[in-house]
Amino acid sequence: MHTHSIATLQKGEIGIIQDFDIESIPLKLIEMGCLPGNTVKLVQYAPFHDPLYININDSFVAIRKEIAMQISIVKIV
Amino acid sequence: MSTNMLKVALIGNPNTGKTSVFNHLTGLHQHVGNYPGITVEKKTGICKLSQHQKAKIIDLPGTYSLNTSSLDEDVVIELLMNKNNEDYPDVAIVVSEVENLKRNLLLFTQIKDLEIPTILVINMADRMELKGISINVSVLEKELNTKIALVSSRTKEGIETILELLKNHKNLSSESCIDATQIDKNYFEKLKTTFPNQSLYKLWLAITHDVNFGKIEKNELKEETSFVTKTTSELKKLQHRETIIRYKFINDALKKGYKVDKTKATDLRSKLDRVLTHRIFGYVIFFSLLLLIFQAIFDWTTVPMEFIDSSFASLGKWVRSTLEPGDLTDLLVDGVIAGIGGVLIFVPQIVFLFIFISVLEESGYMSRVVFLMDRIMRRFGMSGKSVVPLVSGTACAIPAIMATRNIENWKERLITILVTPFTTCSARLPVYAILIAVVIPNKKVLGIFNAQGLTLMLLYVLGFASAIIAAYILNKIVKVKSKSYFVVEMPNYKLPMFKNVFINVFEKTKSFIFEAGKIILAISIVLWFLASNGPGEKFTNGAAIVKNEVVNQQLSQSELDNKIASYKLEHSYIGIVGKTIEPVIKPLGYDWKIGIALVTSFAAREVFVGTLATIYSVGSSSDEEETIKDKMRQEVYASGGKVFTLASGISLLLFYAFSMQCMSTLAIVKRETNSWKWPLVQLFGMTAIAYITALLAFQFLK
Repeated sequence: MHTHSIATLQKGEIGIIQDFDIESIPLKLIEMGCLPGNTVKLVQYAPFHDPLYININDSFVAIRKEIAMQISIVKIV
Repeated sequence: MSTNMLKVALIGNPNTGKTSVFNHLTGLHQHVGNYPGITVEKKTGICKLSQHQKAKIIDLPGTYSLNTSSLDEDVVIELLMNKNNEDYPDVAIVVSEVENLKRNLLLFTQIKDLEIPTILVINMADRMELKGISINVSVLEKELNTKIALVSSRTKEGIETILELLKNHKNLSSESCIDATQIDKNYFEKLKTTFPNQSLYKLWLAITHDVNFGKIEKNELKEETSFVTKTTSELKKLQHRETIIRYKFINDALKKGYKVDKTKATDLRSKLDRVLTHRIFGYVIFFSLLLLIFQAIFDWTTVPMEFIDSSFASLGKWVRSTLEPGDLTDLLVDGVIAGIGGVLIFVPQIVFLFIFISVLEESGYMSRVVFLMDRIMRRFGMSGKSVVPLVSGTACAIPAIMATRNIENWKERLITILVTPFTTCSARLPVYAILIAVVIPNKKVLGIFNAQGLTLMLLYVLGFASAIIAAYILNKIVKVKSKSYFVVEMPNYKLPMFKNVFINVFEKTKSFIFEAGKIILAISIVLWFLASNGPGEKFTNGAAIVKNEVVNQQLSQSELDNKIASYKLEHSYIGIVGKTIEPVIKPLGYDWKIGIALVTSFAAREVFVGTLATIYSVGSSSDEEETIKDKMRQEVYASGGKVFTLASGISLLLFYAFSMQCMSTLAIVKRETNSWKWPLVQLFGMTAIAYITALLAFQFLK
């Protein structure tokens, strides 16, 4: 199966967070609800697909592509 | 009276309307100060609970969790960990918001674990229907072991409930709701045997943070080697596990007492975001807003600014005509009144700027700007969050530099701090205004533009351009290792509340007046003293020496007085300073009097105008109140050439555009970067750029 990250989501697509390396993710994002099993939806992206405006566990946040690439997901929609 | 003062801390995530709740509880009975040693705003206010009971409310900086990541947030944990702190709260009010309750409760569970009696405020309850949300308060109260107040800060509903709960604070539970020790039982067992009398959660926070609390110092923990064997990555794994446990608890509680029917929800957010964060329209809207802001600052403020200017001029005249002539009157008119007028004239601009910024922040739009601009700003080594500091910098660099605090990446933050003083702050404006009026002809160029207005606009563009270019260069030179931890909440769109905007603008303006006012007033007085005293024979016997020199010339009394006054000024303390630096500034086209103004301007730029006013009125004893502009136009060298020409004027304008002349900014940079290195880099770097460009301009134009 092809693995995806948050950075590969297209606008409106939803995925479920699988796994990430804790070291490379800010604790603040984890506390916002970036935890395995939670859903993440891409709301909007800025030019060059960076930063990404996402809905994660019902929190709306913007993160940079470099962090988004570290978080692997399974697309569901 | 303080015997019955209940201490209450207001804690909450950003964007939960915490400040609105604070404003409702305290009204205008609030006090904004600083935490000792740092420039984090400390807002406290008094709230009357009953005839005999009052509460002191402390509005703590917004934070997402007790695992803090900025200076502002550290204040929260420092206070809550230390029972000996005079503000250690009797009651904590955690402010949450109905739509983001799940995330907001994370902080709530952490506060509960500190075993402080806690009230949970669920704000923006008026949006529940709109969003299809229903809350069973009594079930949630039981699940979370707390008292809940459903509040709508927009309609003031629920504020009474908070007051009731505060009155009966003895009934509040101080039990924790989660056993955080389950994340690593062995580890916490060991901690408990070593420190049997301490709360384990507090110990855990002290281990993962750089804070001391009460009896246990951080160093003491370090001595117990068994607890530092954990590497930071192991600690972070534990914090991760802790977060999972907290969310599990929160989800279970919300399942029982919180329901969302998404079919009933209306979605303003996605409709607005479709336009405001659009790849093209988003930028068009943002830049149009910027234009509107600048239009407001420069066009709409001319009337009030002229009014302030003329009021102070007539006040000065009136004082001079009413009081006995003498030193004290001179000090009052030339020093004090001119100085205060020089500060107050900026107030209209600062008010407009802060109105715009606080409306944009309150509405939730500012986060969209951060999102839109991040990629572009990163090319110059900054962050999307640098936009607010750079725009605020057009009012004053001090609040702008403080606004860089939420930039998580140290290198991006440092670059933003270093380049912000290039943007044209309002202190430069009076300098520009007077120089432009004196040296740039008031006529049309290219048919439609006014030459003076065009010059001013070019100076603003120059300010932004040099900030961006400097950032680009610094990005290549500065080697600082730092990780990008860019996480920006995109809050719901809200209609800004008038009361919040008003209080914010009022507080910001007030602190500007007092901070800048103190410096300008002090300098005016010192300057006046240095100009009216001098060492030795030449100053004290100035009158006799001049009379002796000109004994054969036919001079009228006023011409003689003028000669005496300027002779004395030249030999006063300040005149000696100006004369000493004259060789250095002569290639830039300045004489020793301008030199004095340059020196005093290193305290604050706007002092330039006041200094020239003081010097020229001390140097001429004529009684008519000529305006300073006329005096500048008439200034001539002994050889007969005019002092203020196009060449020397442009040279001065460029000097002020680039030079780092603001002690308060340097002090803030020192505090924010925690070293003298960066303010000195700014001081010498910017002044060197200023000197070279001014030199080139003068030599080329003369």
